Amino acid sequence: MATLPEEFRFGNFLASIIWIVLIIVVILTLVVLPLIFVVLFYLPLPPVNGEVLTPYLFLSMIVDPSRTLPIIKFYIHQTPFRVIVFPGFVFAAIVAAATIFVERKFLAKMQLRVGPLYAGVWGVGEGILQLAADGLKVISKEIVVPSGADRPIFWATPVAYVATAAAVVSLIPTAPGWVASNTSVGLIAVFAILGFFPLIALLFSWASNSKYPFIGGLRALHQMIAFEIPFILSALSVVILAGSLNLTQIAQTQHAFWFIIFLPVSAFVFFISSLAELERVPFDLPEAESEIVAGWLTETSGMIYGLIQLGSYLKVYALAALFVILFLGGWHGPQIFPPQLGPTNAPTIEKMVTLQGFYNGETVNAVFWFLVKTVIVIMLMLLPRGISPRIRIDILLHTGWYKLIVLAFVNMFVALALIYAGVLGPGGSISIH
Amino acid sequence: MPDLEDRIKESQRMGIQITKESEDDRLMTLSVGPQHPGSGHFRFVVKLDGDYIVHCDPDPGYVHRGEEKMCEYRNFIQNIPHLERPVIHDSTNITYSYSLAVEELTGIQVPRRGQFIRAIASELNRQIYTLYWLAIYGIFLGHSTMFMWPTGDRELFIDLMEALTGARVTHAFNIPGGVRNDIPNGFKDRCLRQISYYEKRLKEYEDIFYNNPLVRQRTEGVGILTKEDAIGLGVTGSVLRASGVPYDIRKAEPYDIYNEIDFKVQYMQTGDSFARAYVPFLDMRESCHIVRQLLDKMPESGEVRAKLQANPRGPPGEAYRRVESGRGALGYYIISDGSPKPYRVKISVGSFRNMLALPHLLVGAKMGDMPVIYWALNYWPVEADR
Repeated sequence: MATLPEEFRFGNFLASIIWIVLIIVVILTLVVLPLIFVVLFYLPLPPVNGEVLTPYLFLSMIVDPSRTLPIIKFYIHQTPFRVIVFPGFVFAAIVAAATIFVERKFLAKMQLRVGPLYAGVWGVGEGILQLAADGLKVISKEIVVPSGADRPIFWATPVAYVATAAAVVSLIPTAPGWVASNTSVGLIAVFAILGFFPLIALLFSWASNSKYPFIGGLRALHQMIAFEIPFILSALSVVILAGSLNLTQIAQTQHAFWFIIFLPVSAFVFFISSLAELERVPFDLPEAESEIVAGWLTETSGMIYGLIQLGSYLKVYALAALFVILFLGGWHGPQIFPPQLGPTNAPTIEKMVTLQGFYNGETVNAVFWFLVKTVIVIMLMLLPRGISPRIRIDILLHTGWYKLIVLAFVNMFVALALIYAGVLGPGGSISIH
Repeated sequence: MPDLEDRIKESQRMGIQITKESEDDRLMTLSVGPQHPGSGHFRFVVKLDGDYIVHCDPDPGYVHRGEEKMCEYRNFIQNIPHLERPVIHDSTNITYSYSLAVEELTGIQVPRRGQFIRAIASELNRQIYTLYWLAIYGIFLGHSTMFMWPTGDRELFIDLMEALTGARVTHAFNIPGGVRNDIPNGFKDRCLRQISYYEKRLKEYEDIFYNNPLVRQRTEGVGILTKEDAIGLGVTGSVLRASGVPYDIRKAEPYDIYNEIDFKVQYMQTGDSFARAYVPFLDMRESCHIVRQLLDKMPESGEVRAKLQANPRGPPGEAYRRVESGRGALGYYIISDGSPKPYRVKISVGSFRNMLALPHLLVGAKMGDMPVIYWALNYWPVEADR
């Protein structure tokens, strides 16, 4: 019985759990409930069924589901919910965490790795403990700031990295109308924000006051600038076909044909450039460990590393989603969810259970197809890590500046030819508008 | 360290203008190792001009253990366990030439069956070493699958060696006079099964790594060592054979029963990093044939170990014997003064000789080629320091 402490008593164990529950209840009643009241006092509540809600009335409604659902519905359509929960940061962070998990399982299957494949507790969750252990490790480790580092910049850049990645995520629509920021220049905004990443990498590497991070930062700068141009050019051909810069409208124009049918070369160039933008294998030169230790991440430790990893996986989600919106028809797919659950004249409690008035078949369908396509693209982005080595910086720059730019131009002219020949575009023989 | 004139000449060869005044401002000195994922217990100081390496200064010695001096305080048998420490993953080969030298000094004759078992253990251990080396070469190129696969398959050979010798990594199997124990029951079948599985795996290695266009792009034409330079610098083993010199100690000075074995010396003509990475792979494939032949020709029964006196000793004299290890020629020069302890032991290892080619190859190379060139030299820092 080496795993149990010697004085282990089951009674003591139960008593400690009861104590914890008691403390939680006391804190809930003495601290949390008053706080909720204070917040509700200043928060404007929506009028429900013609009556204006007071905080006390609101609390009484929590127990009445038929009156609670409209309130939740009201909050869901507010901007803060979209920015914070869905389709904003929390949703993207969950996708990012799932990506890390899937990546490890995927690579474990491919490379005979044992830990991520078997270390787990439930039948389906093998490998989940590795993820949990890594997460805990990153959170609990000490953050070491190198001597001579530029402290304000050193602390600020990881946060800036996550914030910038989240800013990209906020521009990505997941379903018609479900986007945190629906601007008419969505695509340009995405590229404008992505342009900050090399700057952040360079700032961090400079602030680290070390040689290897500095080389890594310079590499990141070279790489991202070299691939930015084919990246934008390949997206430009989509804009020519769609006639809009708004991401929602670009996705809507593909209800009949996905743009990958007309623009396969652009899709290829976009995919390769986004791999380079994400610093993933085979373009992980800024983090090449056998050459420059860990590149611009050499001096990161603890949660600083964790934040940068979170940011880069948010970026993976954002760019995969962008690929889906630009080339794979966004959320369009066969309608497989029913328009509503349960009969219309069902009793209140059944309406509540089937989420009537809350559930929207089209939105759920759109989100489902969007997620399926995004996951497939993310898997394709993870695949090179198992089969490919890292390429050298001069080959990388050559690929970016010579080959991909030419390829991107090729398909742009194809797109223009399709428009001017009257095949596509307004009044074309194949209407996509 | 080459002087400034040489460096200026070197840079002109690469098409970069360096003047005496600007030279110091331009260059960045980078200390690669000993705490660097791409160095091992080793350091080389490189000077970079942009992405080009203009100067390289290897600095070994971080794991010097004084093996040669330690030998002088122990008798011939006691020396075996500590002598395999420098290359624990090639421990049979590093004790092989020691045993040969001691046998020559003391005049011991190894029984025929013992010679076969020695050769089998040596070949299996060469596989273990080369798989380890290949795994690290894979991760140096950023190819993580090539890191995991050889590491996993190496485990099977380790199990085989455990069945043979009783230890997983440091076997202490070769001793003067033969091997420590006979092969266990069923070892032959197990070994043959393992070899045929492993040959299938080698095909997969070739597909995912050596035939990968990106691997070829990174290694081909990188760090070319010409035949003349290879001979002049005195490199050995796979590095020498990759430069077009078909020299293998097993063929050139056959020891034990290697003159009865039919095998080809694997070599390539190009002398670049790809050839240096590919020759050990070809060696692994050839080694499978050798093991098959050895198992086939081995006498069914007999002694595996000659009877020794309590403290083996020979007349005063000297002996130099070498074997082909995973990293090339591995020789022992032993002087005996007639006592049970050696008077002087000198270990000549392949790693140290291959390291001498490093500055020659790195100068003029790009920084991204650094791990590709370095690890293809088949250099094991711990062995070089001894």
